[in-house]
Amino acid sequence: MATANGGRATGTFTVKRGLADMLRGGVIMDVVDAEQAKIAEDAGAVSVMALERVPADIRRDGGVARMSDPALIDGIQQAVTIPVMAKARIGHFAEAQILQALGVDYIDESEVLTPADEAHHIDKWAFTVPFVCGATNLGEALRRISEGAAMIRSKGEAGTGNIVEAVRHLRAILGDIRKITQADSAELYGWAKELRAPIGLVQEVAETGQLSVPLFCAGGIATPADASLVMQLGAEAVFVGSGIFKSQDPARRARAIVEATTHFEDAEHVAKVSRGLGDAMRGEELSELSERLAERGW
Amino acid sequence: MEEPAATVGVLALQGDVLEHEAAFADVGVVTRRVRRPADLGGIDGLVLPGGESTTLSMLLESSGLFEPIAKSITRGLPVLGTCAGLILLAARVEDGRGDQRTFSALDCAVRRNGYGPQRFSFEGVAEPVGDVLDDVGPLPAVFIRAPLVTEVWGGAEVLATESSQGPGGETAPVVLRQGHVLGVTFHPELTGDRRLHRLFAQMAGRAERAPAGTPARLATGSFEHRPAGEPAPARR
Repeated sequence: MATANGGRATGTFTVKRGLADMLRGGVIMDVVDAEQAKIAEDAGAVSVMALERVPADIRRDGGVARMSDPALIDGIQQAVTIPVMAKARIGHFAEAQILQALGVDYIDESEVLTPADEAHHIDKWAFTVPFVCGATNLGEALRRISEGAAMIRSKGEAGTGNIVEAVRHLRAILGDIRKITQADSAELYGWAKELRAPIGLVQEVAETGQLSVPLFCAGGIATPADASLVMQLGAEAVFVGSGIFKSQDPARRARAIVEATTHFEDAEHVAKVSRGLGDAMRGEELSELSERLAERGW
Repeated sequence: MEEPAATVGVLALQGDVLEHEAAFADVGVVTRRVRRPADLGGIDGLVLPGGESTTLSMLLESSGLFEPIAKSITRGLPVLGTCAGLILLAARVEDGRGDQRTFSALDCAVRRNGYGPQRFSFEGVAEPVGDVLDDVGPLPAVFIRAPLVTEVWGGAEVLATESSQGPGGETAPVVLRQGHVLGVTFHPELTGDRRLHRLFAQMAGRAERAPAGTPARLATGSFEHRPAGEPAPARR
């Protein structure tokens, strides 16, 4: 919600999207407490994401996953100077209101938490704080943008340490964008129908060849090579969830993923930072999963 | 029209590189991404974009860029820093991390996120001071978790201030110039106003002829201002 205050307009789309622009080329790391947040900042994270449990633990423990305890978020905000993001459940606008009141810098309306509404996402235009949302394809991305999201990330399959779903989602989104730029004006109506997305946003994609907000990658990044892969595919920054704090040496791995995200086109540099990082998170084969988090949200 | 043929390097480690490239394209300046020391050769100016200053500091060190950039700035390479880029140029960062080094090229002190968290980020205007930027009035300005300039001294000249209703209704400098160094607390690259990029293009275009420093000018405002010539306070 854009509001004017003494000549200052807060919560405008430019201001919301602007912070996403500033995070480009960086790594946003999932943290559950102040101690992890400090490790992430020391390793060069551009932002930290506060959540109750990392996705791998949510997957293992089951139960309902919710917004973090505000006390933990306070602690994380005190511990670091970089932007602090936090997750709210899909459709849980009251959690989002609380996070906005706490002064978090970005809200992730996330499929990693247990959805609170089976039909509606949050009306993100009603907030001053910006939102990031996950998407598995272009239609989903455009629907989230129409609801006010100022950043889109691939969903991937969180908590698996398996990059295959994030690659699928990035290729789906970017591949359809490339096709739409070739479509004529009449075909765009067909695309809007097929994507279940507003025609105005589809026309904008056709004209500019890109989403109107930055596209980041999340879900399954566990190594520097994973970060380089998704950046080369066209992601503009990466989120790392369980991949850091479920690995043997989180500080070193975090630092290496930061380096690989910046120097993603320089294979020698990525090779250098990939050496001797210890064990990555164990990871999950997708066919063995009982639940796909990416199927949450619509 | 400004002289063409200047090539401006844009530090491309992290942050809003694309927007600066687009802004310079608008004013007819060629850009080049700078990710390693070899990329610095032959550029007429360097942009330190918006991003996260702690991340940028770390990557400047690990990529081996910090020392060569510091040397180039000392030798007179024109440099433009926006938001995080200005923090990297400031002589003093009030609440920076102990290990955060800056190029110390602008005689000013800054407080990171001086306007508060993202919900207080805003679009406003910067009021030109003097006649360097004042050809068509205030500049549209986008402040994203912006640094607040709390003190200016020595050779730093204030080119614009922001004075809308902040927490204390204070006036803060938002554009500073010290010889060949231009620092901006907001993001001119996110608006359509190209005055600051044009000014920097001129600075880069005449880099070889540029005098060693421009005379200091005292600005008005409620922020602390130290008279020119007084020694800079020690960095914390």
